Amino acid sequence: MNLQLIGVNHKTAPVEVRERLAIPESRLAEAMKQLMQHPGVDEGMILCTCNRVEILAQTKNGSGDLHAFLEKYFHIEPSQFEPHLYEYREREAIQHLFRVAASLDSMVVGEPQILGQVKEAYATARAVGAVYSQLDLLLTRSFAVAKRVRTETSVGSSAVSVASVAVELAKKIFGSLKGKHVCLVGAGKMSELAARHLQAHGAASIFVANRTYERAVQLAAKFNGQAIRFSDIYDSCDRADIVISSTGAPVAIFRREHGERFLARRKNRPMFFIDIAVPRDVDPEMNKLDGIFVYDIDDLQQAVASHVADRQKEAERAEAIIEGEVDRFLARLQTLDVVPTIVSLQDHLETIRQAEIDRVRGRLGPLTPEQEMAIEALTRGIVNKIMHTPISTLKTAAKESEATTVVDVVRRLFNLQDREKAAKSGDGN
Amino acid sequence: MPILWLRVALGFYAIGLLYALVALTRRGGLMNKLAVPAMGVGMIFQFVALTEAIVSSGQLTLASVHHSESLLALLIMAAFLIVYGVYGTTSPGIVVFPLVFLLTFVSATGQQPFLLTSGVMSKRWLFAHIAMIFAGYAGLFLSFSASLLYLIQEHNLKAKKPSGIFGRLPALEVIDEIGFRSLLLGFPFMTLGLILGTVVAQATYHKIDVLDPKILLSFLMWLVYLLLVYTRWSAGWRGRRAAYLATGAFAAAVVAWAANYFSAIHRFVQS
Repeated sequence: MNLQLIGVNHKTAPVEVRERLAIPESRLAEAMKQLMQHPGVDEGMILCTCNRVEILAQTKNGSGDLHAFLEKYFHIEPSQFEPHLYEYREREAIQHLFRVAASLDSMVVGEPQILGQVKEAYATARAVGAVYSQLDLLLTRSFAVAKRVRTETSVGSSAVSVASVAVELAKKIFGSLKGKHVCLVGAGKMSELAARHLQAHGAASIFVANRTYERAVQLAAKFNGQAIRFSDIYDSCDRADIVISSTGAPVAIFRREHGERFLARRKNRPMFFIDIAVPRDVDPEMNKLDGIFVYDIDDLQQAVASHVADRQKEAERAEAIIEGEVDRFLARLQTLDVVPTIVSLQDHLETIRQAEIDRVRGRLGPLTPEQEMAIEALTRGIVNKIMHTPISTLKTAAKESEATTVVDVVRRLFNLQDREKAAKSGDGN
Repeated sequence: MPILWLRVALGFYAIGLLYALVALTRRGGLMNKLAVPAMGVGMIFQFVALTEAIVSSGQLTLASVHHSESLLALLIMAAFLIVYGVYGTTSPGIVVFPLVFLLTFVSATGQQPFLLTSGVMSKRWLFAHIAMIFAGYAGLFLSFSASLLYLIQEHNLKAKKPSGIFGRLPALEVIDEIGFRSLLLGFPFMTLGLILGTVVAQATYHKIDVLDPKILLSFLMWLVYLLLVYTRWSAGWRGRRAAYLATGAFAAAVVAWAANYFSAIHRFVQS
């Protein structure tokens, strides 16, 4: 295997460098085709996300110069990207790829999007024929490894974004979100996102209140929800189990007395206030009421941060899994490598040919150089003709998944394993 | 022999006790897997012990404290298992397991202070009375446990630390539901059990001394129980207030139990 990987990510390169090297999705397939035409590149894939640009290539005898490709493709001076570049080969490259796919190299360790992005890059590469053999094996393995890490560690289990933390908290309070009602007070990007998350987890209905009624109607339409007038919030909010507030009001809109009224009307069923506004929309005093839970933006962000710390611990376990997987993959590759088998097959037949010539030479008596050459050519010709099919079969097999079987069969047919061992121990003596 | 089975059961319940203690300190993975099966096996032994005791004595001798505590433990465990089956949570075990252990411990080691001697009354009715009251106790106790868990979970959420030591507790509303349902389930048993007790006492003594501490306390406990169901039903009282009420009802139940020692009617020892 002649594997090379170079790239930049959020840790090594500032965004100015990453954006110079970014390839838009629409041009990714084209870029991979160009990579394939780059001298020395046998197979290749380009992974491009907002946090990383990486080029993975299987090269012919380790010859391909990926730096040159970057320089040529992006038309930029090496000095501009070289200092930020990381470069891995063979084992390290495999390990890096596994870590990326398993989201251990991500900015937020364990975030689930990266695996999807790697899969997309793989699909594109396959479609343009840039990945077909060893890289195919490596990449499919990386998906399996990522899945293993996800199921065996809790690296991916905790929520990341503020929106998903909100969902998680809501689940701690309500169990299932099925049939729960959500009220959006004020229309903002973040509250919209949180509402979308809640809806995805089963929240029944969403109603929207906004100072500009038209905006509320617009937003409500997005969720198949219902718009209510801002002046009606104190009368309607008790219907909501979860209230997401994000208005630009200078003073709190929800105060203790409102909370008490809501609770009375709700027969004390719990209510969850998510306050994303700064300054805050919900008076912290509300949190002191039995059955009302108020989380402001700082509380949510703190929850996000504590999750990140938890993940770091789990990430260590994940690293161990990956280490083992890299070893397993390398071991598997060795059986996949057909070259040693071809060489020992050739050696084996050559030995037989020489032995047979030596055996008959005595009976033939003295030979002229022309006769010698004729015998040489004849036997060599026979051996080559016989070997032609097995060797080309082996070479084709190397590019398919059945390589292991074919290699195994050939080795057994010609008893190659034992010979190699014998030869090796012979060398040792 | 029954006492031996009971002690074996006690051994298994000790695992549950350990689980409860471990759950307080960290998220024990092994204990989580072990606790419920161990408690189940314990229940089987306890059941065997009880059955054997009844069979060997040839009559329903449940009224001896010795066995009744054991029966109470068994019923509480059964209630716990129902909750476990429906909600898949072992969290109530934190409170339930130690009590089951304690009850079984007392019953496996203690002397038999009371003997059923009132031969007049129908033993079957008496048995039904006791079993029903105990089912009521079990419901009440489970509800009380749920109230405690509710308070812990509520505190965690209010303190903005929902993933602390008790991070694995069920959701607040689920705990609330467990508490309310076990309350609802226990109440009819308790009511029927008390009515039955009154009828049996009436039949035996031909009059009922309302001022007898046992009767008074039992009635008081029933009233608190009723109040608990009513406030939860009508005003949705939960959390702190429900926990106070459940504690009250539970305390009344304990006192009513202890009143066995002072009650003229409920005394099974022939003086």
